[in-house]
Amino acid sequence: MHLMPVAASSYAGDIDRVMWVITLIVGVWFLAAEGILLWFTFRYRKKEGVRAAYVPGKGFRQTGWILIPCVAILLCDLAIDAFGERVWDTIKQKVPPAQLQIGVEGRQWAWTFTHPGKDGILGSPDDIVIPNEIHVPVGVNVAFTVSAADCLHSFWVPELRLKQDAVPGRHIQGWFRATRPGSYGVLCAELCGVAHGLMRGTLYVDTEADYERWLASRTGVQAVASQPAPQTAPQTAKTGGKS
Amino acid sequence: MSEANILDPPLDPPQAAPPTAHAGAHDDAPHGFWSTYFFSTDHKHIAKQYLLTGLCMAVIGGLLAHVMRMHLAFPDRAVPGFGEVPAGTYNALITMHGTIMIFFVAMPVLLGGFGNFLIPLMIGARDMAFPRLNMMSYWTFLVSCVILIGSFFVPGGASPAGWTAYPPLSANVAYSGAAWGVPLWIAAVALEFVAFLMGGINFITTAINLRAPGMKMFDLPMMVWMQLVASVIFLFSVGPLVAGAVLLLLDRVAGTGFYNPGAGGDPLLYQHLFWFFGHPEVYVILLPGLGIVAEILPVFARKPLFGYRMVVYATLATGVLSFIVWAHHQFVSGIDPRLASAFSITTILISVPVAITMFAFVATLWKGAIELKAAMLFAIGMVGVFFWGGVTGIINGSAAADIYVHDTYFVVAHFHYALIPPVFFSLFAGIYYWYPKMFGRRLNETLGKIHFWGTFLFVNVTFMPMFGLGLRGYPRRTYDPRVFAHLGDLHPLQLAATLGTIGLLLSQIPFVINFFGSLKWGAVAGKNPWRANTLEWSVPSPPGHGNFDGTPVVYRGPYEYSLPGGDADWLPQDLAPGRTP
Repeated sequence: MHLMPVAASSYAGDIDRVMWVITLIVGVWFLAAEGILLWFTFRYRKKEGVRAAYVPGKGFRQTGWILIPCVAILLCDLAIDAFGERVWDTIKQKVPPAQLQIGVEGRQWAWTFTHPGKDGILGSPDDIVIPNEIHVPVGVNVAFTVSAADCLHSFWVPELRLKQDAVPGRHIQGWFRATRPGSYGVLCAELCGVAHGLMRGTLYVDTEADYERWLASRTGVQAVASQPAPQTAPQTAKTGGKS
Repeated sequence: MSEANILDPPLDPPQAAPPTAHAGAHDDAPHGFWSTYFFSTDHKHIAKQYLLTGLCMAVIGGLLAHVMRMHLAFPDRAVPGFGEVPAGTYNALITMHGTIMIFFVAMPVLLGGFGNFLIPLMIGARDMAFPRLNMMSYWTFLVSCVILIGSFFVPGGASPAGWTAYPPLSANVAYSGAAWGVPLWIAAVALEFVAFLMGGINFITTAINLRAPGMKMFDLPMMVWMQLVASVIFLFSVGPLVAGAVLLLLDRVAGTGFYNPGAGGDPLLYQHLFWFFGHPEVYVILLPGLGIVAEILPVFARKPLFGYRMVVYATLATGVLSFIVWAHHQFVSGIDPRLASAFSITTILISVPVAITMFAFVATLWKGAIELKAAMLFAIGMVGVFFWGGVTGIINGSAAADIYVHDTYFVVAHFHYALIPPVFFSLFAGIYYWYPKMFGRRLNETLGKIHFWGTFLFVNVTFMPMFGLGLRGYPRRTYDPRVFAHLGDLHPLQLAATLGTIGLLLSQIPFVINFFGSLKWGAVAGKNPWRANTLEWSVPSPPGHGNFDGTPVVYRGPYEYSLPGGDADWLPQDLAPGRTP
């Protein structure tokens, strides 16, 4: 049993590293604090004839025992900020040139994914519009635009460490580069009504050859359902996360 | 002490000239059942009303959690005593559990209950500054409780829009299906805030103006400081929320479009208004919880609170910082990424003042003479459990890491670890400690210890597995785990959390027995069973109407324990110099 799903995007490892670095830093503080708390609690239990020391914690000679560690905490905080900011910057600000455009729309209770088709242009007549299914080639920078048709949704692929809310009235940009072929569950991470828990799709990260084959198979097939009906029966989404 | 001069109380004690409006009511004890137990303006009665109402709501909130947990552990079976849990009901359960626990348990118990009971007693006042406003606060609150609970029984059921009630889900009946539940939810929450506005004004006015002669601001017990700062935070933050709620109600019932992009509005506006209140609210709850612990640790360690002034300044800094962290709830909501960077930094920085306070608590134990009574166990437990809630918050607070953990069980686990210590550990610590003052009898220590160890164990059994669920990408607010194949092998963790909940609920039985049984069979408590210094222990238990015979005079700070010299290891605040306790 893994602690986290497999990391399947270019920045997934960076996010995991941020989490583990923070865990390590705060873990040390946590263990120290709990250890001292327990030590004091047991060491200074009331004993017959032993009076507590009068230590009001006035003046820097005494408060320094608190304030100096807290300066160290401040430095740890700033280090965590700086480290996390670099990753945040990579994901949100330094968007690489897109090789593929995808449209993502959330509605109650399904995802609609718009692929550009053979001409590679999103918004042209040969767009491939599929409910709950998204195909991308591995190793390609994919730019996506997230929108919502009714209430809030959140486009989430745990293996890609990718999450972006879908907000009505907004077309929010994002990107990812999948690094590992497989199929991954697409979940909704924002409460969106009665069937929120059933709202999911599948991301297929294909090899270049598989992607071309899929694209060819879709050519001439008109988008069947741009307004998918709500799901009723639970299906299982296969994922590549447990191999 | 010269820097405190501007904060000194006026030379004439305000009690010497009580406001005429309620003078009569307090010179004589009220007559009759109704005016004593229902329409009392006595802060102690109002405190008990708030406390008991909050505890009743806690039972409801806890049972709702039980139904959710049973459903998650056994999704294909009906929950015993409740029945099937369809998706819509599940969403109503999560919404009402969150709403009840935050707004209808934490606030009434910590502020309405302990704040009301302790502020006047701790500062040597005969009552709150505005006793009738105080009574009105409670009754407004009770009406809001009735509306909230009533919303379970209207057509369409209670609100399923989440305790944050994000539009458009909450703003449009077609999206949520709850025609009545959502407007009633908005009305209940808005009314509740009206009640706590009345309370907050009262708390601030009382703590600043009605202090006993000689009691400087830096002689205030830490509980009063915490209540004061919490009330100020609440007053400054609640305005935007009430505005946000009114706009939501208008969108819902009058067809306006404040949050409707089709009509030029924006759903994100609501999120900002909600969290501008919502995050300071965390500190409105946390600070009184810390205040309770700050009162108990010195008494049972027989030591002064370590670094009193440092803790006061850290609390003020926490209060200020709490206003500039709210957007950490919105890192992935579509806000400008540069804004997220700024909020990530402020969020992580708030760990510094909070750490100062927590470390001061730990330092208070150093070289103490610690007696592990039930109150002390819960106080130390609060510190220990809260550390875990605090450090896991750093992961959520880092915008990059939050991309992954946002809206997973990791967040659920984190905020339960952050809120259960100040709400429930502090609540129980406070009850074990002040019950003798409230009811004149002591609680049973053995039952109290069983209660502590059960609660401590099962809080961890319930919420520790949720970190594992979250790390594996288990989304919160999903009612059917079978939908996602990759979550299937996480079932043992869900089961553990459910068993933890059952254990947690069962662990409260000794407390309920203790609470009601001790009213009749508890050992009679004297004035000062804990040999504590603060003023509430200088009056009979329970204190009579008007609290003090005459006006106490304060000579020193609240935590002068184990001063060198003298036989007694405590020195009450109102004991004239040269006399011994």
